[in-house]
Amino acid sequence: MSQRHHTSGHHTSGHHTSGHRAPDAGRAPLLVVDDLRTEIHTPRGDMKAVDGVSLTLDAGETLGIVGESGSGKSVLGRTIMGLYTTGSTMTVSGRVLVDGADVHALTAAARRELWGTGVGMVFQDPMTALNPVKKIGLHLTESLRGHGGLSRAAARARAEELLRLVGIPEPARRLDQYPHELSGGMRQRVVIAMALANSPKLLIADEPTTALDVTVQKQILDLLGRLQDELGMAIILVSHNLQVVAGRADRVAVMYAGRIVELAAADALFAAPRHPYTEALLASVPRLHHPPHSRLEAIGGAPPDMVAPPPGCRFAPRCRYAREDCRQASPVLGPEPGPGGGPENGPGNGREAARVSGSEPGGEGARVFACHHPVRPVTAGGS
Amino acid sequence: MAWSVLKRLAEIAAVLFVVSVGTFALVDLTPGDPAITVLGEGHTAEEYAALRDEMGLNDPFLVRYGSWLGSALHGDLGTSLIPPNSDVTERIAAALPVSAEVAVLGLAMALVVSIPLAMWSAYHADGRVDRIVGAGTFGILSVPSFLAGLLIIMVFSNQLGWFPRAEWVRLGESLGDNLHHAFLPALTIALAETAMFTRILRGDLITTLQEDFILAARAKGMSPVRVLFSDALRPSSFSLITLLGISLGRLIGSTVIVEYLFALPGMGTLIIGSADKGDFPMVQGAVLVVALIYVLANALIDLSYGYLDPRIRRAHV
Ligand SMILES: Nc1ncnc2c1ncn2[C@@H]1O[C@H](COP(=O)(O)OP(=O)(O)OP(=O)(O)O)[C@@H](O)[C@H]1O
Ligand code: SF4
Ligand SMILES: [Mg+2]
Repeated sequence: MSQRHHTSGHHTSGHHTSGHRAPDAGRAPLLVVDDLRTEIHTPRGDMKAVDGVSLTLDAGETLGIVGESGSGKSVLGRTIMGLYTTGSTMTVSGRVLVDGADVHALTAAARRELWGTGVGMVFQDPMTALNPVKKIGLHLTESLRGHGGLSRAAARARAEELLRLVGIPEPARRLDQYPHELSGGMRQRVVIAMALANSPKLLIADEPTTALDVTVQKQILDLLGRLQDELGMAIILVSHNLQVVAGRADRVAVMYAGRIVELAAADALFAAPRHPYTEALLASVPRLHHPPHSRLEAIGGAPPDMVAPPPGCRFAPRCRYAREDCRQASPVLGPEPGPGGGPENGPGNGREAARVSGSEPGGEGARVFACHHPVRPVTAGGS
Repeated sequence: MAWSVLKRLAEIAAVLFVVSVGTFALVDLTPGDPAITVLGEGHTAEEYAALRDEMGLNDPFLVRYGSWLGSALHGDLGTSLIPPNSDVTERIAAALPVSAEVAVLGLAMALVVSIPLAMWSAYHADGRVDRIVGAGTFGILSVPSFLAGLLIIMVFSNQLGWFPRAEWVRLGESLGDNLHHAFLPALTIALAETAMFTRILRGDLITTLQEDFILAARAKGMSPVRVLFSDALRPSSFSLITLLGISLGRLIGSTVIVEYLFALPGMGTLIIGSADKGDFPMVQGAVLVVALIYVLANALIDLSYGYLDPRIRRAHV
């Protein structure tokens, strides 16, 4: 059920509407994800939904995570929060540090405290992310009263302020309305307000605009950018649509089959993808010079079964650059190999490499990818 | 809004009308002669005929129905055919509170137990507690209520001697004594209802817990208990509420077995006893009252859907 959304927005790579990366040498990153693995136990077997992801995020930075449907973006986002759906059992290994605190080692109560105050989440579908039987006001005030310790009146006043902050007209009246009385865009603003209630340092926005129509999409993304400027929080912007991330993320991680296959500064990634999957994703994005509704170059084939992923490179069956060695050895996430050394020779799981990209001084330029035969960077500029 | 309330009332009236015609027609449809019921065997045909005439049984159906309904609307349901020929309305007024109290008490007990039980089961679906609850409720449902009642009497009344059996103390006489006597019958009722409520609510809760808004509530840092009560329970309780309405009507009208076991002077006993003796006015009156309660209970349930889900509110009331 992969779907593509056409947006009216242009490919605005290079134009930063949000995000101030402050590569403060010596300061620990806000978020460290270290070799994170999430296995979901299904009747068919263990599904490796997230399979060894490492990344870092600085305060105030925006990281885009893109990939096809089913690549594990949502599971990654939830595992970073330590938020599991009830009813399914899963095993998590690796570490997630938020502000130095190991999310998965926290007690349940401490983790709730973290969710209440440190990390917020915006969900994909505003139609389902709000409880249909609860008034807007209660959605906002309950966490304010619980974690913020506000009185009833103070919580209500703050809720009204939050609604105003996310650009909802007549906020006082909205507090007493039910979700179904609001439009989709307004509801997503409420969901954002909910995530912002206790001023999180990190906001995980999981496809915040996918369910919205085109004009509203841009408004919501602009709103997130404005809020980031005002509140200085870091954002993980998850999308299967590169357009959404373009121009809004400082860095972009491309996910395929539970792994990061390429991670680089947004401009560099869009200008010259190195991983064949990134290239294919870019080719499937509608561009300005395409006539409207022209057929896009979709990526042929389907992602692998994550219960029993194929050996070697997981993208090999769909990759136009694939060679024999791709099916033998799994490529390791790492920087461009220097002369004489190929990434395929290096053991390990990409941990070190990801750390390079995140915290190296001037790390914006650092790029890592996992491919034996990367796409040649374009040297001569062609239009 | 006013229009839909009127519509609702008209529906209730229509249902009651059909039920009243049905119960009244019982006299004509069931075998047995009311005159024989009154006089007993061994009288002359003329004597029976004269009595039938006097009772108006020879009048056309509509005339008889009309006069019965007319009196019923004024609260007069006639008199019993059986000596001491007591007033039907009075007998019902004595029996109804007994059934109603035991039913309400039993349902309340069932709710108090089943809601937390279902929550725990659903939150830890397929966990140990859930499996025990699943097997336990299944077991309870497969035990017939007379057997459960007998067991309860044996344990709590005969063995432990904690509760009396086979007596009834009116609510007005002594609240403590009344509750003491009502407890075991209510418990007998509650057993099967708890099992049913738990299973229904668990299923609906599991569905609700998959919803995004539950994840969103948890992502805000709400505690599981808070999420269950504040976010999950209400959207999950439609089937439960529906079942509750059906149970309430059923328990008030037809808990014959429990009433028999505990010798409760309730509605079930009244209806069965009267039907057995051919006491038509008593049966008609009692069935009409039970139907009225059934219809009102379900109207109340319908209204509560609007409370449960604001999206229905505009459509319904
Ligand atoms: N609770 C769950 N139980 C079983 N499988 C799950 C569960 N959640 C996710 N999965 C599976 O894990 C894989 C990754 O899912 P995930 O939702 O993270 O993908 P995604 O990249 O967010 O896709 P989309 O763009 O459709 O949101 C999918 O194959 C999905 O079917
Ligand atoms: S490793 Fe081989 S198959 Fe995999 S992406 Fe690179 S070229 Fe393609
Ligand atoms: Mg997703």
